[in-house]
Amino acid sequence: MKRIIVCLKQAIDVTQLKVDPSTRQLITASAPKKISDFDKNALEEAVRVKEKLGDAEICTVTVASEDAKTVLREALAIGADRAYIINDPVFKDIDTAGTAYVLSQVINKIGEYHLILCGETSLDSFSGLVGSRLAELLNVPLINAVRKLTVEGNTITAERTLEEAYETVKAKTPLVITVTREINQPRIPSLMMIMKASKKEIMAWTMTDLGIEKDKLNSKIELLTVLAPKTERKKIMITGENVQEIAEKLAKALIQEGVVGR
Amino acid sequence: MSENKGVWVFSEDLDLTMEMLGKGRELADKLQTSLAAVVIGNNLKKKADGLAKYGADKVYLAEDPALERFHPESHLAVLFNILNNFKPEILLVGSTRNGKPIAARLAMRLGTGCIPDCTNLDLDERGRLVCERVTYGGNAVAKLVFKTKPQIATVPARAFDEPEPKDHNGQLVKLDLKVETPKVEIVETKPLETSSVRIEEADVIISCGRGLEKKEDISMLEGVSKVLCGQIGCSRPLAEDRKWFSEWVGLSGHKVRPKLYVACGISGVIQHVAGIREAKIIVAINKDPEAPIFEVADYGVVGNLYEILPALKEALQKQP
Repeated sequence: MKRIIVCLKQAIDVTQLKVDPSTRQLITASAPKKISDFDKNALEEAVRVKEKLGDAEICTVTVASEDAKTVLREALAIGADRAYIINDPVFKDIDTAGTAYVLSQVINKIGEYHLILCGETSLDSFSGLVGSRLAELLNVPLINAVRKLTVEGNTITAERTLEEAYETVKAKTPLVITVTREINQPRIPSLMMIMKASKKEIMAWTMTDLGIEKDKLNSKIELLTVLAPKTERKKIMITGENVQEIAEKLAKALIQEGVVGR
Repeated sequence: MSENKGVWVFSEDLDLTMEMLGKGRELADKLQTSLAAVVIGNNLKKKADGLAKYGADKVYLAEDPALERFHPESHLAVLFNILNNFKPEILLVGSTRNGKPIAARLAMRLGTGCIPDCTNLDLDERGRLVCERVTYGGNAVAKLVFKTKPQIATVPARAFDEPEPKDHNGQLVKLDLKVETPKVEIVETKPLETSSVRIEEADVIISCGRGLEKKEDISMLEGVSKVLCGQIGCSRPLAEDRKWFSEWVGLSGHKVRPKLYVACGISGVIQHVAGIREAKIIVAINKDPEAPIFEVADYGVVGNLYEILPALKEALQKQP
């Protein structure tokens, strides 16, 4: 049986994030959370690979500073077989190095694996470093920015999106793959799948279970401030009797701004 | 910690290396230290020589026919060896799809931090590198510093202007290298179907979103774009969901900074807005008066883009 590991982040739903306009601070405490979009694509891809391989098992791993069981239930409904969570308030302040370290410890305890799938980046912090750091820690190859994936036995063929080209690469398992959102359209679990998932077990491990060395979690980065950017736009609405009048007013405004013409 | 010295830059994209040298020079001067660039590839001596004019005191060149194509294991090995030897204070890495994992893995090997996609870099009174990056899907800008050295920051294309070439006598240093056997083999490369000019460099961008009903209607945008010598852009759904384009403007796509950005039928979700923040003037055309794009636009028109765009084209043609 081939094991596929999917790393899932419980991310803040950035589309529903509110900002306090007087302080420009983000109101993160009450913001709803969900599986980071890119990670959902990674999970969907794992399910598709399993459907093709047949004899495979999907394990999801989540590192969270608070309870993330609802996120894991959703992952199980989408098609994961097992869900592992390691949850400790200490993780609130870890950086990508710390997250990758904890993930590597969980993965080492789970055992052998064929593939590790991650989202290319996360919806909220948008760092895009964890997958690479994880590959380095586990000393396996990395294929990042994957938009198309084929698994045949121990051979992986992947198409990557680069800045100016698509690149097809081949490598042998085990390895780490990070996926872009282009790779698939994640399924929405049916009621049946949700019911079935409620019977699956969620494994909660502690730092002691994993033998995590606390000093390896020290963040190497310090956050000074996080503030909403100032928007100083003119916000002038152009109106008129008819479309021609509006268009002419707009054209005139753009010429006065000096942004059109040579 | 104080033994780390020098500012270094690396990217496999030499245009990006040049942009980073401009910022790197500024940082190195403030820190009263030297600036070095690393160039890895094949037949790059001439280009590496050229980099000296852009402010590098030293250009380290690692060449091998096997490195004609980007080769993560060998690139990593070269960079790790040299950085472990010279212990820089700051390393800037080009934030490309190939460069970012290199930065992350180097940080892991060197036991240090990495701050990705920095859109602004400065030094504080203690000489620490202060990095600014967009986070929370474009809702915020974070300011971060490092607790460890080297301070590794990745820098996206066009975050900093390319410096003017100067009479600067940088020195070219050849590096010995051992090419590693690649674990990931490149089978095929095919170009992305893109316009010949990079959208990051466009002065005028006419961009469309879900308000555009049919693919053929792109020609209507082209009409306006032609008059303004602009380029066409789009929001993410038109590329990823409808597949009308291969790339898009936004936080996960291209971050642009034109003089004029015209958003046609784009609702203005925060991720899209994060990609156009640096535009000088933003025009929004949308039939929904409640669309969030109007909150971040300089000029807004509520109406049907199918009527407004042709009228705008005509109005612009009439202007002297």
